[in-house]
Amino acid sequence: MGEPGTKELLSLEDLEAASGVRTGRKHVLSILVENKPGVLTRIAGLFARRGFNIDTLVVGPTDDDALSRITLTVDGAMHPIDQVTKQLHKLVNVLKIRDLEPDEAVAREMALFKISADAGSRGEIMQVVEIFRAKIVDVQRRTVIVEVTGTHDKVEAFERMVRPFGMVEMARTGEIALSRGRGET
Amino acid sequence: MMRAVDAIMECLKAEGVDVVFGYPGGANLPTYDAMYDSGIRHILVRHEAGGGHAAEGYAKASGKVGVCFATSGPGATNIVTPLTDAMMDSVPLVFFTGQVRTDLLGTDGFQEADTFGITMPIVKHSFMIQHPTEIPRVVHEAFHIARTGRPGPVLIDMPTDLTRVEIDYQPVGDVRLPGYQPTTEGNQKQIRLAAKAMANSRRPVIYAGGGVINANASSELTELALLDHLPVTCTLMGLGAFPAPHEQWLGMLGMHGTRTANYAMDEADLIVAVGARFDDRITGKLSEFAPRAKFIHIDIDPAEISKNVPAHIPIVGDAKNILGRLVQEYRGLEPEPARLAEWWDRIEQWRVQHPLRYEDSTDSEIKPQHLVQALYEATNDGDCILATDIGQHQMWAAQYFHFSKPRRWIQSGGLGTMGFGLPAAMGAAVAQPELQTVVLSGDASIQMNMQELSTLATFGIPVKVVIMNNGYLGMVRQWQELFWDGRYSAVEMSEWPDFVKLAEAMGCHGVRLTDKTTLLDDLRAALAVDGPVVIDARVTREECVYPMIAPGQAARNMVG
Repeated sequence: MGEPGTKELLSLEDLEAASGVRTGRKHVLSILVENKPGVLTRIAGLFARRGFNIDTLVVGPTDDDALSRITLTVDGAMHPIDQVTKQLHKLVNVLKIRDLEPDEAVAREMALFKISADAGSRGEIMQVVEIFRAKIVDVQRRTVIVEVTGTHDKVEAFERMVRPFGMVEMARTGEIALSRGRGET
Repeated sequence: MMRAVDAIMECLKAEGVDVVFGYPGGANLPTYDAMYDSGIRHILVRHEAGGGHAAEGYAKASGKVGVCFATSGPGATNIVTPLTDAMMDSVPLVFFTGQVRTDLLGTDGFQEADTFGITMPIVKHSFMIQHPTEIPRVVHEAFHIARTGRPGPVLIDMPTDLTRVEIDYQPVGDVRLPGYQPTTEGNQKQIRLAAKAMANSRRPVIYAGGGVINANASSELTELALLDHLPVTCTLMGLGAFPAPHEQWLGMLGMHGTRTANYAMDEADLIVAVGARFDDRITGKLSEFAPRAKFIHIDIDPAEISKNVPAHIPIVGDAKNILGRLVQEYRGLEPEPARLAEWWDRIEQWRVQHPLRYEDSTDSEIKPQHLVQALYEATNDGDCILATDIGQHQMWAAQYFHFSKPRRWIQSGGLGTMGFGLPAAMGAAVAQPELQTVVLSGDASIQMNMQELSTLATFGIPVKVVIMNNGYLGMVRQWQELFWDGRYSAVEMSEWPDFVKLAEAMGCHGVRLTDKTTLLDDLRAALAVDGPVVIDARVTREECVYPMIAPGQAARNMVG
């Protein structure tokens, strides 16, 4: 019914509403913005105002001085992701938004963990560090600081492994990402 | 070489600005010095909020960008309400605010406020000037952003020292904003789909909003409706987009819309939403809104599509462009008008059973609805611009004042700003001096910006101010009566001020009307007086606006 180029009418029963769907997964949005005052505030304010939760947010330079890249992760179970991106697109300083599909992109985050470590436990911690290809970047008498880089899941797994030793504190960057292949993100 | 502020004046002239509303202060002294011999008309308002709303009224009546100047600090915070109002109602404005010197920024300097930060969520875009040389380009970008796409307010915050610097001014040609590319052309395939769905619908309704007015698409909308005898309803913002009264006009929809319009939405099989955003005052209980309908949604703002109600055929673009092409497609399909006969019978039934009605007084008391009807008659069937404030009088005006043309109805829809009416009417009158401009206000609303009466007198702006005076905050009183057991908390406005004396003190003519039997003649006489006039019309004190969809209820459960 209703084929283009014909005069055949369209049955209303055939119509379906498409958007506004909650995908139920985490989305990584890569947002290219003009490097101007207030841009980050605009984005953060938009999320707060519309009730969208930001899981992580990373801002950094790009190869173009005039532009910055913001990588943020949002929970697609909580919010219709198309509404989030459409609202972001309305910001004049936002040039481009990519909703990166997990298998078409490389995403990494970095974390620093300060872990209780005495002579007795240090060896065991070093084994875990080895397995995760992490790095000990500071050693003190009673603590070590470990640097881990990898996917979100890997960092989570590392955290689970070392927590029983006694987590003194930690800092995580949140994810940054680029799309695979020749095309620009 | 010229000072940056002189370049601003050149830019304003290049943008076709013929009037600026505003208020000078310390931080925008350079701007006002440039204003002095710029040749641009300046209306000195009595409060920056008045200036902001006047710019809105100017924009709404003319379709041009309204301009307002304010100084830093309190001047800037006073325009927060007009900015928010303009954001909600998509009004094209450019506001220029003064800011403290750059060396004082961030030091809590005298009259310093973080204007850029305060206004960020309530503007379409804003600029904080960093270098004097960027000023001309920023001004043109601001006008471009304000007037294109979905219109809205743009703010330029200017540290006073930067505006005094001499710059090498070159007229700015094209504006290039890589992150701002509104879609105006609707997708042809979607337009064709929409036409095919419409031609096959049995119970269609066109639901038009303020976007039709903004797009100057009233004639295209009317053509589409007349082509296939389609019923039309408009939102509060859309009144005037389709000529009322008209055989195909169902009246306004929503909380205080007609039963006919709301029932038609409830039973429709296809709703064609044009430049409307499914606001809660339209939908009532969202889960029970138009449960049988499929939706075609035409809007310039992609973020409005499926925001509240999922669209089946979304079309993003300019309503004038899309409706024009939809008419072409639709005509080619030769729709069968007889298929709508049953639908029109149903609509006719509702019209007969549920006309707008009220019980008129049996004595000389003026019923508020009657006042609106008399005003309509006294203005030669609404041949004027009518502005309103917020509340019962606004709803009665929407119901009983039939708007036959776009840009004749100036009011605050989304934000519901009391105090909007008088200054907005002033702006509208400045924009359209050949038309009579009337503001219908309430005794509460008018007091929120009544200082602008003396602006009217000072500048000889002949706005006629009709105060529907019931001595109450009428709409709040109505809700307390209906939903809060009649416990009238803080809604009595008392008999003060004496609006006739106030009018005289402010340099306006004042008159009090209390008698229904002479009301029409009295109104005509007052409207015929030269210059600004305040008409204090005393009406029935406790009257409710009906019909009504109670908040959170479904349209089919209208009361009254």
